[in-house]
Amino acid sequence: MAEETKAPTAHAGSSGGESRPERSGGDRSDRSGPRGPRPAGGPGGPREGGRKYFRRKKVCKFCVEKIEAVNYKDVRLLAQFVAESGKITPRRLTGVCMPHQRRLSRAIKQARNIALLPFAGRAQ
Amino acid sequence: MNRNYELMFIVRPDMVDEDLNKLISTLESSVTSAGGTTKTEVWGKRRLAYRVGRFNDGIFVLMMIDGKGAVVHELERRLRVTEPVIKFLTVRTDEELKRLDKIKKIRDSKKKASAAPAATAASVTGTPEAGTETPASAPV
Repeated sequence: MAEETKAPTAHAGSSGGESRPERSGGDRSDRSGPRGPRPAGGPGGPREGGRKYFRRKKVCKFCVEKIEAVNYKDVRLLAQFVAESGKITPRRLTGVCMPHQRRLSRAIKQARNIALLPFAGRAQ
Repeated sequence: MNRNYELMFIVRPDMVDEDLNKLISTLESSVTSAGGTTKTEVWGKRRLAYRVGRFNDGIFVLMMIDGKGAVVHELERRLRVTEPVIKFLTVRTDEELKRLDKIKKIRDSKKKASAAPAATAASVTGTPEAGTETPASAPV
């Protein structure tokens, strides 16, 4: 009996239930960091009650602000989506939609090649 | 077929303005002689995100080119040969520009469409709403 009850819960945990809070933990640490790529005060909507974690709904900055031209020359914009280490911040943390993430990553890579953004580490 | 390109290159920071202007004008003339047009912006001295050779900063120059692919080939060859040029990057932009144009057109048409019917819709909806409200309130 005990085994039976354990097994489904473990399954549920691995399939998604448990992996999500972990992610949200990572994303919360990101939120407290200096760089919050999420549009501040954006249309997060009302907080859902009853949940353990209050999570604002992530929205794509490019869709909300209608930024269509993701350009390698706009260092200030691109730098918001690059971690301290110089890595491209994953979509699950920033909430950028897939079409825009594709353009964004291309632009960041181009900017790296022309020494506007660092490959690794902070810009000097 | 003409295409749009952006060619950005970095020259060493200790380059004199005169030499830079000379370099730019030679590059421009090589484009125009091949039947293209250019627009050049000099961004000025900027810090590099990482060391290139022994340089920590450089002078950034951006050229917008409208021409054939062969033009770009020639320019890149020249830049490679030119010693003070530390780095360069060519990006083709015509498809992106086309895409942006399209989006802009759609947005403009939407704006117009929403601006025009909004005024008429507001005046029209005023009456039916009043009509539907009274029957709804009557049964309650």
